[in-house]
Amino acid sequence: MRALAWHGKHDVRVDTVDDPEILNPRDAIIKITSTAICGSDLHLYDGYIPTMQSGDILGHEFMGEVVEIGSKSTLKKGQRVVVPFTISCGSCYHCGKHQYSACDNGLPADNQDIAMSLYGQPMSGLFGYSHMTGGYSGGQAEYVRVPFSDVGPIVVPDGVPDEKVLFLSDILPTGWMAAENAQIEPGDTVAVWGCGPVGLFAVQSAFLMGAERVIAIDHFPRRLELAKKFGAETINFEETSTYEALMEMTGGIGPDACIDSVGLEAHGFFIDNVIDQIKASTFLGTDRPHSIRQAILACRKGGRVSMPAVYGGFVDKFPLGAFMQKGLTLKTGQTHVQHYMPGLLNAIMEEKIDTTFLISHTLPLENAPDGYRMFHDKQNEVTKVVLKPGLERVEIDV
Amino acid sequence: MADTIDPARADDAPLTTSKHRSAAADAIAGKLGTPEDGDADTLIGRTVTIKRPRAELYAYWRDFTNLPTFMDNVERIERLDDRRTHWTVKAPGERTVEWTAVVTDEREGEYIAWASEEGADVPNSGRIEFRDAQGGRGTIVSATILYDPPAGVIGKIIAKMFQREPAIQARRDLRRFKQLMETGEVATGARNQRLLDEGKN
Repeated sequence: MRALAWHGKHDVRVDTVDDPEILNPRDAIIKITSTAICGSDLHLYDGYIPTMQSGDILGHEFMGEVVEIGSKSTLKKGQRVVVPFTISCGSCYHCGKHQYSACDNGLPADNQDIAMSLYGQPMSGLFGYSHMTGGYSGGQAEYVRVPFSDVGPIVVPDGVPDEKVLFLSDILPTGWMAAENAQIEPGDTVAVWGCGPVGLFAVQSAFLMGAERVIAIDHFPRRLELAKKFGAETINFEETSTYEALMEMTGGIGPDACIDSVGLEAHGFFIDNVIDQIKASTFLGTDRPHSIRQAILACRKGGRVSMPAVYGGFVDKFPLGAFMQKGLTLKTGQTHVQHYMPGLLNAIMEEKIDTTFLISHTLPLENAPDGYRMFHDKQNEVTKVVLKPGLERVEIDV
Repeated sequence: MADTIDPARADDAPLTTSKHRSAAADAIAGKLGTPEDGDADTLIGRTVTIKRPRAELYAYWRDFTNLPTFMDNVERIERLDDRRTHWTVKAPGERTVEWTAVVTDEREGEYIAWASEEGADVPNSGRIEFRDAQGGRGTIVSATILYDPPAGVIGKIIAKMFQREPAIQARRDLRRFKQLMETGEVATGARNQRLLDEGKN
């Protein structure tokens, strides 16, 4: 089959590789019809994530048609499914509590050692996201092996276009959980750092959960425009001092809830960012946590901070004093995708949530390296790239 | 659990977590029983919680021929009689090591203790315990293994590789046991059989 493989920093290629096979009773093989490049794939592209190996197949946002099933799969051939990016067993204690991303059994036993030493516990497996998350081949490919197919994939009705449901795989549940973790109360002002897909879905979700005002922070004009369409007020951090603006816009109180959907590769010329970037490039640190620092400083006393953004390692100068003195609450975690999928599929079918606005580019899978470059270099224009297997490569001007 | 700390101990934590490994090994040897030969002084302990009933886990483990399903380094286990089994285990450098293990003590549904018989390539003894976990979380499974790392000529190099190996293997084996019991399968990140056979996760 054809698949997008990682070969090093800023080096991804579409290779011909062995097809996947059923290995365990609960497996299914999915023929991919649509797959997207995630903002977190750019962390791999930029070489921020350790334990990648040349030839690893990327992609954790995908959907398609069931073409093969193991003896214990509950799927049927021909069904259309969206697959969660978290690989969770559905049987362990954490899955029983719907904490799917904390699954005990999603990671192969040998791959749990790294997570044990970095995080103290193994987490769920992830598709196409390094060997410390299981070494599972991802879905930016023609076919993918999906473990635990009886509890992960959600069946979507025929006739619904891929574009309407594809983002159930990751970013829509992630944006929703971000808003849920912000424990929004009626009358709240919610500030959202980062208007990438997760931030934009968090804006939509916050309003659906009863927020009175949402303030969206970014520096890409097009992304701020999209946030404004959903009713958010905007701050462009390149033009405006974010902390001062948040204070003035909230009557000196600060936002009741702050959502950091930026994470370990924050942009912007802030002195802490620049120092963190130097440290990251010299392997003294990995994460550039400017946005979470700012969220903690800006948040109102007794407020809530929600952190859907991906952090992988350690941070310096975490404002622990402000966090403690103001009595803040921080909720975070990889998304418990399986928990949110059914409700969000309903919301899509009832047209309460639309996600199709996000897609700025649809390309053949063969053009995936172009897609990565565009998404990486032109974040203003390129809000989301969807890849389609089985199409001829096209010449595009990147 | 008693309501005072054991006077010979500093706290209530398992001896396998002691910073003083040799003292712990000595103390445990007293309770475990030691292999029939060799000077078993290396101690491994690992505990996992498995969301399955105690009786089911005990029964699966007590049929020792099941163990190679999740013990990666064990090539085969032959049943000699109800209390004795012969083990063939992969070792570093394409070698195998063998021993005969005998059940020295057991209580249905609670624990199994074993020790190697004389002539073992790696003298060892151990105990696997099954206790009910609190709050309906299933069963707490604890493995304690005491063994004598192979010494001798090529000694130090092999010993160095080998010393860590059983500890790593034991914790990975227990994870696979948990996966098998909870999910009915052992997780793999391999894409197909060829990659699985090559051990690529």
